[in-house]
Amino acid sequence: MDFFKRHFLVALAAVLGLVAVAYVGSQTKLQILFGVAVPYLAALIFVEGLVYRLIVWARSPVPFRIPTTAGQNRTLPWIKRSLDDKLDNPDTFKYLLGRMALEVLAFRSLFRNLRTELRKDPDNPEGARLIHWSYKWLWLGAIAFHYAFLVVLLRHLRFFTEPVPMPIQLMEHADGFFQFFVPAVYLSGIVMVVALFYLLARRITNPSLRYISLAADYFPLFLILGIGISGILMRYVYKVDIVAVKQLALGLVTLHPVVPPGIAPIFYVHLFLVCVLFAYFPFSKLMHAPGVFFSPSRNMVANNRWVLHVNPWNYPVKFTPYLQYEDKFREAMIEADIPVEKES
Amino acid sequence: MDEKYKNEFGAFAPRPQVEKKFYNGKYIFAGLIVFLAMVALPFLPNVGKTIPPPVRQLDTPVIQKIAEKDRQCIMPTEWMRANHMQMLIDWRDNVVRTNEKGAPNGRYFKAPDGQKFLASLTNTCMECHSNKEKFCDQCHNYVAVAPNCWGCHLTEGKKLAEAK
Repeated sequence: MDFFKRHFLVALAAVLGLVAVAYVGSQTKLQILFGVAVPYLAALIFVEGLVYRLIVWARSPVPFRIPTTAGQNRTLPWIKRSLDDKLDNPDTFKYLLGRMALEVLAFRSLFRNLRTELRKDPDNPEGARLIHWSYKWLWLGAIAFHYAFLVVLLRHLRFFTEPVPMPIQLMEHADGFFQFFVPAVYLSGIVMVVALFYLLARRITNPSLRYISLAADYFPLFLILGIGISGILMRYVYKVDIVAVKQLALGLVTLHPVVPPGIAPIFYVHLFLVCVLFAYFPFSKLMHAPGVFFSPSRNMVANNRWVLHVNPWNYPVKFTPYLQYEDKFREAMIEADIPVEKES
Repeated sequence: MDEKYKNEFGAFAPRPQVEKKFYNGKYIFAGLIVFLAMVALPFLPNVGKTIPPPVRQLDTPVIQKIAEKDRQCIMPTEWMRANHMQMLIDWRDNVVRTNEKGAPNGRYFKAPDGQKFLASLTNTCMECHSNKEKFCDQCHNYVAVAPNCWGCHLTEGKKLAEAK
């Protein structure tokens, strides 16, 4: 089996296996396991793993500032700097915050994404032309997915709070604004799944990207797709007793867990996949979420030109000053007519 | 301690001795605490409480008149809990939007046991379940659902004229 198929199918089989485990398991007497034990365990692993990873990261010194070539650094007063330069190559904390905000909220680095391709050349029909073009589709897919996922997550607070806070209800109304189908279709769910399919298709159809994609790249995609699809099926097709679902969810967060009878297995599939996502999060590429705050080329003021930064792992280096060198080789140097500082 | 980097020509430079401490720890852990606090915030007011789920009240006059063993909705209760919205919207579409004279499923709903019911929220469902606050609204509020039935349907007093 070739490399791509192996990594693709392993990840797909893993997610389908998880679905099967939850589907079969929830029909036995193990509902307490899938409804209570697994969610608590997943929350515990998520928090512990997150703290652990942050401790490891906090122990790594990041001594050097990396001014980016995308913006003119602060220099001689007559070299003008536009707002872009200040945001891309910030010299003060204020603009640094601006750069981080653009990065975290608007995915600015992805927006700069370039694609390099061989295209047909009208001037040279026999050959091809190498072009670099600004490829925004990745940025669009990524930002659509992330914001839709955020809205989906926040929307689910209606199951975990009682009474449901007003902002959550407003968000839900806005999300179901078109009142299309019953129950009203949430736009965020559709956007999320479509964006995920795009991100997956991009990985599969682009040969160079397919070549570097591992099971760890496909697994989160399939997992979140599984969550999205099971959620959408549960809302619009295979309906569950939603009051019982809320009772279970509220029980979890009030620390009085209950497993009301009569919840269909598809709910447990959905819940189990979410638990796996939380438990998997700290040990995977999904840590890019906290990691974006740690980007060394983004989160430091580019002040190398006027502040000295000392490498914390510098060790004393043995070196020979010039005069000692001359003392050692003076005679040979005079013989070879090399000028010396001192004659004897 | 004297561990050195190695290449094919041998050891060449001491490995960096990085002091074991937190660098920028205060920012990192402050960020972590802010994140965990934000996650916990929506849940904190209810921690430790027991919140009872709403109980559907079936004590309306019409239901009281029916003998205990005959109290049966037009579909099984479990099914109704999950799917009533679908049924109501199908009724609406059949009656208001697509109904033609003599259409088989237009004005009437045929239950699995063969009984026929008038497909009407106000006249059929709310004949028995006349207690909207205690039957419909409780659960809808509990799961923060705002169905738009009541934009048109009268909830009390007047009934629609009998269709026929």
